[in-house]
Amino acid sequence: MRIFNYYIKIERRSVTTPQLNALIPFVSVLISLLIAAAVFAFQGIDPLTAYKAIFIKSFGTIKGITHIISKLIPLLLCGVGLIISFRSNLSNIGAEGQIIIGALAATWIALYALPSVSPSIVIPCMFFLGFLAGGAWATIPAILRIKFNVNEVISTLMMNYIAFKITEYLIYGPWKGESTWGFPQTDLFPESVWLPMIPGTYIHYPTLVLALSAAVLSEVLISRTKLGYELRVFGLSPDAAKYAGISFLKVSVIAMFLSGGLAGLAGVGEIAGIHHRLRYPWAISSGYGYTAIIVAWLSRLNCLAAIPASFMLAGLLVGGDAIQVTLRLPVNVVYIFNGLILLCVTGGEILTKYRVRILRKVS
Amino acid sequence: MKNQNFSSFLTNSKSNISDVAILMKNISKRFPNVIANDNVTFEARTGEIHALLGENGAGKTTLMNILYGMYQPDKGEIYLWGRKVKIRSPRDAIRLGIGMVHQHFKLIASLSVAENLALGLRNIGILLPVYKVKRFVENFSRKYELEIYPDAKIWQLSAGERQRVEILKALVHGARILILDEPTTVLTPLERDKLFTMLRRMRNDGCSIIFITHKLKEVFLISDRVTILRKGKVVATLDTRSTNPEELAKLMIGQALPRLNNISDTKSYERREVLRVKDLYVLNDRGLLAVKGVSFSIHSGEIFGVAGISGNGQRELAEAIVGLRAVKSGQIVIEGEDVTNFPPRKILRKGVAYIPEDRIKVGIVPDMSIEENVILRSYWQRPFSGRVFLNFSFLNEWTTKLIQEYNVMTPNTKIPVKLLSGGNMQKVILARELSLHPRLLIAVYPTYGLDVSATQYVHSLFLKHKEQGNAILIVSEDPEEILALCDRVAVMFNGSFLDIKSAKNLSVKELQLMMAGIKI
Repeated sequence: MRIFNYYIKIERRSVTTPQLNALIPFVSVLISLLIAAAVFAFQGIDPLTAYKAIFIKSFGTIKGITHIISKLIPLLLCGVGLIISFRSNLSNIGAEGQIIIGALAATWIALYALPSVSPSIVIPCMFFLGFLAGGAWATIPAILRIKFNVNEVISTLMMNYIAFKITEYLIYGPWKGESTWGFPQTDLFPESVWLPMIPGTYIHYPTLVLALSAAVLSEVLISRTKLGYELRVFGLSPDAAKYAGISFLKVSVIAMFLSGGLAGLAGVGEIAGIHHRLRYPWAISSGYGYTAIIVAWLSRLNCLAAIPASFMLAGLLVGGDAIQVTLRLPVNVVYIFNGLILLCVTGGEILTKYRVRILRKVS
Repeated sequence: MKNQNFSSFLTNSKSNISDVAILMKNISKRFPNVIANDNVTFEARTGEIHALLGENGAGKTTLMNILYGMYQPDKGEIYLWGRKVKIRSPRDAIRLGIGMVHQHFKLIASLSVAENLALGLRNIGILLPVYKVKRFVENFSRKYELEIYPDAKIWQLSAGERQRVEILKALVHGARILILDEPTTVLTPLERDKLFTMLRRMRNDGCSIIFITHKLKEVFLISDRVTILRKGKVVATLDTRSTNPEELAKLMIGQALPRLNNISDTKSYERREVLRVKDLYVLNDRGLLAVKGVSFSIHSGEIFGVAGISGNGQRELAEAIVGLRAVKSGQIVIEGEDVTNFPPRKILRKGVAYIPEDRIKVGIVPDMSIEENVILRSYWQRPFSGRVFLNFSFLNEWTTKLIQEYNVMTPNTKIPVKLLSGGNMQKVILARELSLHPRLLIAVYPTYGLDVSATQYVHSLFLKHKEQGNAILIVSEDPEEILALCDRVAVMFNGSFLDIKSAKNLSVKELQLMMAGIKI
């Protein structure tokens, strides 16, 4: 391509250094912040003021940091789960629904299955069943994909709506609480099964510990075990996987089960740690399942890198809340913000494989 | 040294300049870890076919990519018809009258021939570009007997026809210099002859044609002069008429090739039937019958060849035997057990190794390391893994051993296989499959795209494997390869075996005729 007196040339890189792999997502985020600055300016708000509000209220204060960690928990759990499925070349975009299904399972345990049992049994049971339920929910698209060649992007997305509607049915119908003055929500969980928090914060630390260990264990699973090897071979080259005798059904089901299971854990954490009752689906999750897609790509599908990536995204969510309050901007501006980041990060991806050279034209 | 003097003489004297179409002087190009071209001086004349001969990795393609503007040389100068030029991009090259036909074609499959040719043409105007191109195609088609119809869609064309479209594309852009990168690999013998006729006509019209190859036979079939590259350096430039295959082989490899000896009657083990295929029917990807009632058997200590032009059902036959493709009817028996429609891993456990036709898509996982690729077909077993974990310390040891044994050129065992050259990739596959100690090896086009010494090496491995009392089935379209290796040959034509013959009583000519479907 030629612009004025310069040639712009796109060349394939012969090597990609690890430094470059770390630098490119970082720069991508910076560029998205620049574009977002234009959005703020368009809204008549000084971008500097906006960013000040975002960063001081989030990364800038201890309180902000604790808010970030509390939001990091579901993002990290879902993000790690998505990494497992993405590395198996299964595009799971149904984490949002899998969160909800995990939350449903936890509600059932807390209010109906084990209403007056010791919390030392109920809490593990909530997590266990939440994991199973989220996993089982995600397994359905995996089976559809392998047995009937149904595109899992569509089936996982559609199953989110099914999960939402089931929840609405329950909170308007059979599970509607007796002490809620007609609001569509369940009764509060018994206080004994509320997840413990670090005092003065919203950090329900049992789920935080689960999320951090999930990140470490998943990375070990993917890179060091036989099962992880099968997932990666299947993800990188289905033809080679067939040649190696790997069962497509087995790997897809396991990958999606783990992926959905981790999102289910996130749902348990939100419901038993923050809300303590089943409510509208969007009130429980507010898009963690979708934001986690950005976490997964930002971490370049590495489970350990998902920890800083989810910290950063959680920070932007907290900052987004801050601009809503202090600048009275609509919540959708936060979504524009997140969308811009995803766009820049996925667009920046190409620069790890190609380089752009600008040559001066000599005639 | 001699070369350099010669070229400086050329650039200084005016009388000879019109004769020399291309002069690339003292070109050097370095990639990370490797010097692709080391002070190379190359010259081609107007109206000649100049072969550029060398093994894989000798730097032929790099040199021509520099001429075509894909790479910039680190050092050196390029002269076209005596004028110094700087070629910054393929667009520059095209403008200067250089065309290149790559190994992998760059055409848009859903568009017609004329539409593909009109793409990127300058000075053709906005109105009816395709119509104008059509007339051009018809003219050229008549002149060179191309038999290309401008309205045909690219996806409907055979590899040979697509290649002719690529050449036309270069001509439409006004190329006077045409570079062909290993053009015969994708062609059937008949199409190859057609290409050669066309190239000769273009030469007689004053084109300069550079023909990149590693096949000695083709140098003598088509070229006027030949330049030999070895390890990035020019070894010699010779008149083709004044040299011979032995001399060229020696120049290209740096030593004479060792001779293979195929001992067909061996003793020390008992002969038993390893594979029996009975009345086999298999469908291809489009659901049509590709294998139609094939029956044969292979014994221990035997190499069985399936010869034929590709696309006659060989791939489907091989895939059915190793369990990658469903058998419609018929029977496959390995070591006395009926394994028809067994899953691939069960067949692998019966001692059947497989070298697939498509290396990059099937044979390896390009983004994984060499270590992780050599265990693709055994990772679930001890000592490669325990109950849960892969045994990485053993893997490193094992891979290091294999890459030494099979002479794989690589800086270490951790780099992704996609960074290896085609020949080294094939060695990784061979190392993996042979290290399974298979009683039956199914090898589909095992030396496709390999250079002379790598091919020789693969053949010697096969013969050694056979002498250990194992059976091998080789699918190949190269009659010489088949006759050099096999004990018995089946010729596959249109889904069935035309005949099964002892290789001893066959000549290359006879085999070629049979491959064309003529029973003798």
